[in-house]
Amino acid sequence: MKSTAAGTGTNHAEGEVLTLNVGPQHPGTHGVLRVVVELDGEIIRRATPEIGYLHTGIEKQMEARTYLQNVTLVDRIEYLASYNEEMAFYQAVERLLGVEPPPRARAIRILMCELNRIGSHLMFLAAGTLDVNVTSVFMYAMTDREKYLDLSEMLSGQRMMPGYFRPGGVAQDLPDGFVAAARTFLDGLPGRLDEYERLLSDNLIWRERLEGVAPLAREDAIALGATGPVLRGSGIAHDCRKLLPYGGYDEYDFDVPVRAEGDAYARYLVRMEEMRQSRRIALQVLDRLPDGPIIVDDRKIALPPRAELARSMEAVIHQFKLVSEGIHPPAGDSYVATESPRGEKGYFVVSDGSNRPVRAHVRAPSFYNLQTLPAMIEGHPLSDLVVAIASMDIVLGDIDR
Amino acid sequence: MDRQAVNHESLLDRLRPHVPWGLTTPREERGRSIIFVTVGALLDVLGAARDRLGLDMLVDLTAWDRIPASPRFEVVYLLGRAGSADRLTVKVQADGDPPRLPTATGLYRAAAFAEREVYDMFGVVFDGHPDLRRILMPDDWEGHPLRRDYSLSEEPVEFHGHTPKVPSAIIPYFPPGSGSGSGGTTPPGGPQP
Repeated sequence: MKSTAAGTGTNHAEGEVLTLNVGPQHPGTHGVLRVVVELDGEIIRRATPEIGYLHTGIEKQMEARTYLQNVTLVDRIEYLASYNEEMAFYQAVERLLGVEPPPRARAIRILMCELNRIGSHLMFLAAGTLDVNVTSVFMYAMTDREKYLDLSEMLSGQRMMPGYFRPGGVAQDLPDGFVAAARTFLDGLPGRLDEYERLLSDNLIWRERLEGVAPLAREDAIALGATGPVLRGSGIAHDCRKLLPYGGYDEYDFDVPVRAEGDAYARYLVRMEEMRQSRRIALQVLDRLPDGPIIVDDRKIALPPRAELARSMEAVIHQFKLVSEGIHPPAGDSYVATESPRGEKGYFVVSDGSNRPVRAHVRAPSFYNLQTLPAMIEGHPLSDLVVAIASMDIVLGDIDR
Repeated sequence: MDRQAVNHESLLDRLRPHVPWGLTTPREERGRSIIFVTVGALLDVLGAARDRLGLDMLVDLTAWDRIPASPRFEVVYLLGRAGSADRLTVKVQADGDPPRLPTATGLYRAAAFAEREVYDMFGVVFDGHPDLRRILMPDDWEGHPLRRDYSLSEEPVEFHGHTPKVPSAIIPYFPPGSGSGSGGTTPPGGPQP
């Protein structure tokens, strides 16, 4: 461990307390997270997360950009789940505008969000197993995530940070061969997940490092604002896709996996099952993919089709106005809860009727989930800290923004 | 959609007997139940929402700068219920230098980080918060970055033979109702070049 001892020991009644800095540069923190722990021997008496090392002022920058430009910034917040991030942002903007994307756009959005959820959970599996030193699963999961990244590249040209969603729809239609490629990926997935579960569920090291480790009581999870697999791993069936359906999720069948144990192993099991459920949703989308336009037919919101620019002066003017000035959502604020792979993600967007948001706040699931860290590890050995952080699956870009 | 509307309606109605109703302004907006409260009634409303309505989760807590309007800051609490679709938005406006509000950490432990962020970014002081320190900015930072009069400083983009402009100055701001082709202006109190 590359931890550096900071400060000196203090004499307490129960023994000597050592203050130890874990991070901000530490491979187990999945980014630049610093945790100040007070150790009594090997037992953590107090843990204080210190964040902000990756703060880039995205919320401030968003106030100086138009709604179309901001897609570039929101991609970089929860960078392992950029499609879900764009979904959250544009749901809030579309609620302000009062527009609904056409059916095909809604289906493509859900398809990409669910593929992204699989990709993100595979990244959790890879990073989590690496933290516990199960390196073979790390290699396998990264190989599978590569297939998701290839799909993203095929669709948007980008492996990460796609910038693919637009207000009222998506940027382009699915390319030729995408549906077949997505099916190949999804068909191969259950066999791979079974293999991981065989490799991990029968693995003594994995089970002993996760079972009963980093426990989070149901009441603590609720009180500290945890969402996503952390909350569902503590026994609460809370999934915004089911409870507050957005973007057309109510048209698809899926289950919300819940585990009551509240430990790191429960969170791992929840994510494994969520990948299967995401596959189920994605297959339903592929089966019933509707035809039709991929973006709303409103020239004040969506760019005119490229071919129209050669024929219509009006289209050229609309194109110019949208690119230079952007859209003007009516004054007001909006918030739409969406379910990112890490929990509830929502954008609180305030508009004054101009072409830039007055305020764009991100309800970041990792930020609130991180608050549960002290509850998980206080009174437990230092070695559980890395497991606790891995099982929360935080993204520091999401915490610090 | 109808079922949801009924749910929201009843949420505010169910809250009515438990709070000083005269100090609040309820509103239904785009499917959200919103209640404006005065600073004095804030904790009563949050407490009633938690204990009487079962809204046991503080989903989000944030603020925005209403400059040049007064009171200047609006703090927004989003309450929810674990495993349920109930959602209530509580808004309160604060003014003063520094603006002060009572902390919600006694009712919702999740407010600890969120209030620190609002303090860091807007300078709103939450009285009674157990550990009100900056959270994202360095401890010795001066100013509160998300205030609208805090200028957005950027590296100018260098071109040969060109006066460099900061990137945000290149994107013109079009206030509501501005004429077509007006060229845009600088936002009021907003990020200045």
